Amino acid sequence: MTDAKTILIVDDDPDFRLPLRLQLEAAGYTVVEACDRDEAHATIAAQRPAAVIQDLMMDQPDTGFTLCYEMKRHHPDLPIIMVTGVASETGIEFETVTEEERSWIKADVILAKPIRFEQLKRELDRLL
Amino acid sequence: MDHQLTVLIVDDEEGMRLGAQRALRNFTCQLDDAECSVSFTTQMVDSGEAAIEACQGETRPDIILLDHKLPGITGIEVLEQLGSEGLGDSLVIMISAYANIETAVRATRQGAYDFIPKPFTPAELRYVVQKAAGRLVLSRQARALAAENRRVRFEFIRVLGHELKAPLGVVESYLDLIRNRTLGEDLPAYDEIVGRSLTRLQGMRKLILDLLDMTKLESGQRERSLEDIDLSAVARSTAEAMEPQAAERGISLTIAGAEHLHMQADPAEIEMILNNLVSNAIKYNRDQGSVTITIGEDAEAITLAVSDTGIGMTEDERERLFGEFVRIRNAATKDILGTGLGLSILKRLVQLYHGSVTVDSTPGEGSTFTVRLPRSGE
Repeated sequence: MTDAKTILIVDDDPDFRLPLRLQLEAAGYTVVEACDRDEAHATIAAQRPAAVIQDLMMDQPDTGFTLCYEMKRHHPDLPIIMVTGVASETGIEFETVTEEERSWIKADVILAKPIRFEQLKRELDRLL
Repeated sequence: MDHQLTVLIVDDEEGMRLGAQRALRNFTCQLDDAECSVSFTTQMVDSGEAAIEACQGETRPDIILLDHKLPGITGIEVLEQLGSEGLGDSLVIMISAYANIETAVRATRQGAYDFIPKPFTPAELRYVVQKAAGRLVLSRQARALAAENRRVRFEFIRVLGHELKAPLGVVESYLDLIRNRTLGEDLPAYDEIVGRSLTRLQGMRKLILDLLDMTKLESGQRERSLEDIDLSAVARSTAEAMEPQAAERGISLTIAGAEHLHMQADPAEIEMILNNLVSNAIKYNRDQGSVTITIGEDAEAITLAVSDTGIGMTEDERERLFGEFVRIRNAATKDILGTGLGLSILKRLVQLYHGSVTVDSTPGEGSTFTVRLPRSGE
């Protein structure tokens, strides 16, 4: 059984995870975190989260894509919210995701950074 | 690198055109200044009007051999009509049978680069063409270099902008949480985000300080004072300064190698080099690891080697290491703060001594950075 209140946040940037975690917790969710693909898979197996929020840009440019694809293959019913934005640490521009890239991303929702929590909350409510 | 330049031959006498073409057909000249060789292709037209048309075509000739006395408009009129815009960076060599100083002066005033009196030998023609080719290739290389420098500078500023913007965004997001009282009214609930904010601001301050250091080095404004220094003494003071940072993670610092090795150097620069290396060796080490500073010398140079027992690097990571703002991002480095400028600064410092930096590394076992400072560079 999945826990309807547990959300998994995946990103290698602690300053992406922390504010999101605090806001979700304040809204009554339980939050688990993972900072790479392996941790994400292990956490999904162990904690059975109800949804995943992940950043597209992680340590390697394709990590986010790959992770999303793998999660959808193993857990087709697990809702994924993908967050995209400027990868400030690498300096690579990723302002907008093109239509073609969108079709490759298997996420249920794609949100652009900076994300507004109200919007994220609405999407979560809709998906869960 | 090899270049091929197009020469447009403008002459109403067919014999002249073919002669010039023959002289240039299998001619290759070596340009030592530009470190390249140049060969030529030729185009031929028999009037000034046709020459103007050729210059307005898609492929503008690089060099124009322009006869002055032509059936329609004269060579100088061709120059007048083309103007500097029409010529672009093409170079014009004026040909005239009625060589006189007045034509030469007028042609030069209209933008001609050189002048060759008729009749001329193939060798004389090649000589002026080679001179023009040299000038053309060098000025194109200089322009390309300037454009590349501008590009690198813009790229640097662009990445720097991102690096400065990132912590601001993070701190803003944390301040928003505080303003909205997201975690309730109790202050201690906010300790973690205040802590993270301070860490990110510290990182930003370090980036700005690194940037100022780098600018000072680049502009050569830093006043250097070369004096006789004892390297082991500098190493000892570096180790002392770094001791608290190392002790926090149970890392031991050792100084090995030659005692009381002296060299002529700026003590602040040597300190910066060692600080830079030792602080990296601590940052990228494992807990309870060790850092060794080894001072050595051989016939040509003094060497400063700093070894750690840390996470090490793959060959691919090692190759990217010295680029500006390059930070090796992987699971092992994700919590290590850095500006990505430290090794760029190190490289510049070592260049002041005409020295070099090399890295040996094994992933999971550790890295050794070796700085060689040639004695002649002192």
